[in-house]
Amino acid sequence: MAKDELKSGYKLIGTRPNRPDGLDKVTGRARYGADFSLPGMLHAAVVRSPHAHARIKNIDVSKALALDGVKAVVTRADLPTGLSGEDLNLQDNTLAGDRVLYDGHAVAAVAATSALLAKDAARLIAVEYEILPHVTDVDAAMAPGAPVIREGVADYSVPEGMHPNVARYMAFGHGDLEAGLAAADIVREHTYKTEATHQGYIEPHACVGQMGEDGRGEMWVCTQGHWYIRRMCAAVLGIEAANLRVTPSEIGGGFGGKTTIFIEPLALALSKKAGGRPVKLVMTRSEVLRATGPTASASMDVKLGMKRDGTITAGQVFFRMQGGAFVGMSPIGEALPCAFACYDIPALKHEAVEVIANRPKAAAYRAPGSPMAAFAVESLVDEMCRELGLDPIEVRLKNGAKNGSRSSYGPDYTVIGLQETLEAAKAHPNYKVPLGPNQGRGVASGFWFNHGGETSVSLAVGEDGTATVSIGTPDIGGSRASIGLMVAEFLGIPYENVRVSVVETGALGVNEPTHGSRATFASGKAAVEAARQAVAEMCRRAAADWGIDPDAVEWKDGAAHPAGPNAGKFPPMSIGEIGAKMGSTGGPISGHHEVTAEGVGASFGTHVVDVEVDPETGRTTVLRYLVVQDAGTAIHPAYVEGQYQGGAVQGIGWALNEEYVYGADGRLQNPVFLDYRVPVASDLPMIDTVIVEVPNPGHPYGVRGVGETGITPPLPAIAAAVAGATGARIRSLPLSPPKVLAAIKAAKG
Amino acid sequence: MRYHKPTSFTDASAIAAAAPGTLRFLAGGTDVLVQMRAGMVQPDDLIDLKHIPDVGEIRQTADGGWRIGIAVPGVVLGAHEGLKRDWPGVVEGMNLVGSTQVQGRATLAGNLCNGSPAADSVPGMIAAGARVEVTGPKGSREIAVEQIPAGPGKTNLTKGELISAILLPPRGKNGGDAYLRFIPRTEMDIAVVGCAVNLRLDVDKIIEARVALGAVAPTVILSEAAARAIIGTTLDASALQALTSAAEAGAKPISDKRGTAEFRTEVVGVLARRAAKIAYDRAKGQGK
Amino acid sequence: MTKIHVTTTVNGDPAEFLADPRETLLDALRDQLGLTGTKEGCGTGDCGACSVIVDGVLVCSCLMLAAEAEGKTVETIEGMAGEELHPLQRQFIEHAALQCGFCTPGILVAAKALLERNPDPTDTEIRYWLAGNLCRCTGYDKIIRAVQDAAAEMRGAA
Repeated sequence: MAKDELKSGYKLIGTRPNRPDGLDKVTGRARYGADFSLPGMLHAAVVRSPHAHARIKNIDVSKALALDGVKAVVTRADLPTGLSGEDLNLQDNTLAGDRVLYDGHAVAAVAATSALLAKDAARLIAVEYEILPHVTDVDAAMAPGAPVIREGVADYSVPEGMHPNVARYMAFGHGDLEAGLAAADIVREHTYKTEATHQGYIEPHACVGQMGEDGRGEMWVCTQGHWYIRRMCAAVLGIEAANLRVTPSEIGGGFGGKTTIFIEPLALALSKKAGGRPVKLVMTRSEVLRATGPTASASMDVKLGMKRDGTITAGQVFFRMQGGAFVGMSPIGEALPCAFACYDIPALKHEAVEVIANRPKAAAYRAPGSPMAAFAVESLVDEMCRELGLDPIEVRLKNGAKNGSRSSYGPDYTVIGLQETLEAAKAHPNYKVPLGPNQGRGVASGFWFNHGGETSVSLAVGEDGTATVSIGTPDIGGSRASIGLMVAEFLGIPYENVRVSVVETGALGVNEPTHGSRATFASGKAAVEAARQAVAEMCRRAAADWGIDPDAVEWKDGAAHPAGPNAGKFPPMSIGEIGAKMGSTGGPISGHHEVTAEGVGASFGTHVVDVEVDPETGRTTVLRYLVVQDAGTAIHPAYVEGQYQGGAVQGIGWALNEEYVYGADGRLQNPVFLDYRVPVASDLPMIDTVIVEVPNPGHPYGVRGVGETGITPPLPAIAAAVAGATGARIRSLPLSPPKVLAAIKAAKG
Repeated sequence: MRYHKPTSFTDASAIAAAAPGTLRFLAGGTDVLVQMRAGMVQPDDLIDLKHIPDVGEIRQTADGGWRIGIAVPGVVLGAHEGLKRDWPGVVEGMNLVGSTQVQGRATLAGNLCNGSPAADSVPGMIAAGARVEVTGPKGSREIAVEQIPAGPGKTNLTKGELISAILLPPRGKNGGDAYLRFIPRTEMDIAVVGCAVNLRLDVDKIIEARVALGAVAPTVILSEAAARAIIGTTLDASALQALTSAAEAGAKPISDKRGTAEFRTEVVGVLARRAAKIAYDRAKGQGK
Repeated sequence: MTKIHVTTTVNGDPAEFLADPRETLLDALRDQLGLTGTKEGCGTGDCGACSVIVDGVLVCSCLMLAAEAEGKTVETIEGMAGEELHPLQRQFIEHAALQCGFCTPGILVAAKALLERNPDPTDTEIRYWLAGNLCRCTGYDKIIRAVQDAAAEMRGAA
């Protein structure tokens, strides 16, 4: 296996072997959420609100229950009471209480002997609504006179005088803002808006749940985090977590949207009511778009001061974000720290409010909050670069965060790679291609913190010298391969001799989901530590066999060796030899590591995009796209590139065509892939990538986490490129053709 | 739901005429199954027309025109050299409907009967002067394609009536047609605006023209004003400007999730210009 | 509700089942025949995850009734490999052309149908042919390269 240009001396890290689950996934054998069935299984369907905001006056389930083959119906009355905080939020979203809060809000669920019958039964459940005033736009939701969605949502942080829909306020900063602005040659201030988008994973949510009258249950589910499913279902249903065993299926994409519950408690509650028969519940695409995800919509004020040489002297933001009708769902807590994370600016002020609106409960979406913040701040930086005739990469090099800079949100950066991504972008041939008429180039940088989190991993040495690794982070994009590579590197054995499995909740301590770009970082780090334990034990076994001190044994190339000439002369004892006789030398050899992983390293990226805009229709074509991002160390470069490319294309979709469109009635107008327009193959060029490697000192192999940063720069980079192509600066996404055409006409006067 | 497989249009018509509840015909199924899936339609009777002989055939008629079976999918239409040579605009309109997979099933008749003003195959057929054969309880009749749609989701067919063939006229000499649509992506979208132009030349001068505008009114519009704007011209700049103005004036669009009325009005003029140039080049034997 | 007896051929094997008249071919493949490799991503023909080949034509199995499969020949992802993987399947693994893998069966079936018609497609032809197969993970780049390399291999050019 040819390795990418490696300077490290690693044998396996940096190679591109086949992923272990590849064969199952190209043959149709891999089992996803909806692919699992049990004997006696029932099928379920959910009744959802057609109204954005309404009081539920009555739910009549009698006609549904009268249908032959219908086995159970659940409504909110079947769920326990007395929950609070986020548990109550989860329960309120699982099934509406006395009010529905958005179009698509679940009201009841029914289980029957076939999926078609369950859908028929759902249509027979009659819900009587009293329609209430609604609001879906973030700015409208906090404007005077906006309907109050819920009383008393504001916490202590909200300043007096704000609309009751404002639930949270936060602020921080440093330096003397006024002095910074006064030192600038130009000060510019604009408002930017982004519409909500959906994660758009191709696999709809699906699960099979079984629960008996004793409250013990099992679940098979597509999820990014099965311990989260266990905890959340237990909370919503009022059962003990240990009574629920959750097994993750293969997962057909998540991007953050499968880190929480939607239908899972319904399957369990229906199963219990149906005498313990297993219940399969699979969402339709429209249910996915109406009732899961999406991300927040945002309205953002940005003010920047810049000197004529491009020095940024001060920055200020005020972000307004709505994450649906539930408090705590908008990513203001991430968006604010991300806003200026790429810069080292002497004076900054950050403020944000969270507003509730009649939209679905937002879920995490790839670098939550960062793409919106980048759209606002990077767009204004680009506008000022153009105004002053400055090169956007040079301005970022001048003001960009470096090793040791104090971050915009507080902590000092240790070792980061932003400057390296900027230099690589500047040197890339894409940055030098001459542009034709109606073409423009955009540049933007992006940031994500990355995350460690609760992690538990076990490793066992096999009798034949292989290793099995049990992890708790579902593999979405090839993490079994990257973790296998690190373990094989550490043990000094072939990649093929390591098998990594994602195991169920009963097999390990609590693991956080695959989120925050943490799987390869945190599960990988814990797997290496587990391997270190196993190696120590193997060294002890060899030492005992040789009759020497364990400290006199070292491990290299998959075998125990005497550590030096003084340790004695013994031939190496391989992992295979140690494994073969472990039963008689002290029993099974394993390693285990659990930790709340620390030492994450932020990942910065810089993107360069060229577009062409049809001046007569406003339609944008992406001509070239370059992603440069710091991976720390690229364990499996092909899957690192895949994360860069996939993230960039989601960002392109967000920039150009994806949006939640609500009608005057508060209903989602585009809950199908026909009208929720994710990029298709013919929309795109190849996505060029450059992997920068500035190893993270907080990981044994330098891993940073690469999943999220890539979605961040495309929003401002494409807006900048469109501005370059047309002369029209558009400050709200998406850059849909009607908007672009109108802006072109307006720019021409 | 009752699923019927009649083997003649007469039988299909009789079943349809006698159907007591919600009825749908099934050819390619790419609209009906979506509507069933979304719960928009729950048919009591579904009549599958693909067991009727010759519904999958494309035949040249004695006068040099074409008779296209109602179950001919886009993929077959797109592979038919004779049809592509004579009516490239009709074929390219149909071939823009949906994905490769949808092309494997979707039909001209279905696209027409779905009643959408945005149906990609309909402007091309109307510009071409296509007619349909309708079979009903009282026998068969021929009507112009533009007489079929009555508004979004509605047709002028009466109970028991169904389309039994699509009829394209003989191409004749020095003619060319073209269809263009505007969508935000490159594929998979419903037309925000569409325009088909069919014309005939005498040397360089346009002597006949038909211009059909899609997605700018409740039904596809046959714009006589747009046709008049280019008849008698060589499609020079002033003719193109007149065509643009006529197309814009003929558009009566709405604003919806797919585009604003202003945008549709402006872009229908752009597409009319562009489609007319392609049709003109084709008529000159220069286009593809 | 009266069910319809359907006799068909799936991946070369005779198959019989009783279909609800409203049941799609996708539902019958997955629920009646246990062929869960064909996926449902949308149910409305917009994502291509349910792509199968019926009598040689690429279709969305969610847009076809099970009853319409009577007498037809259906090819699914499960029939793509013999003792060895199809070159497309192998190239997809080697190119890392899948991440979550959910869209992969549909894309492989669609790409196979393309290469049977056009053994030497351009990038643009591949992209337009596969425009009805949504992938949200990869950005399509590695998919296009994998199809190109499989095509070259099948032409004997690799």
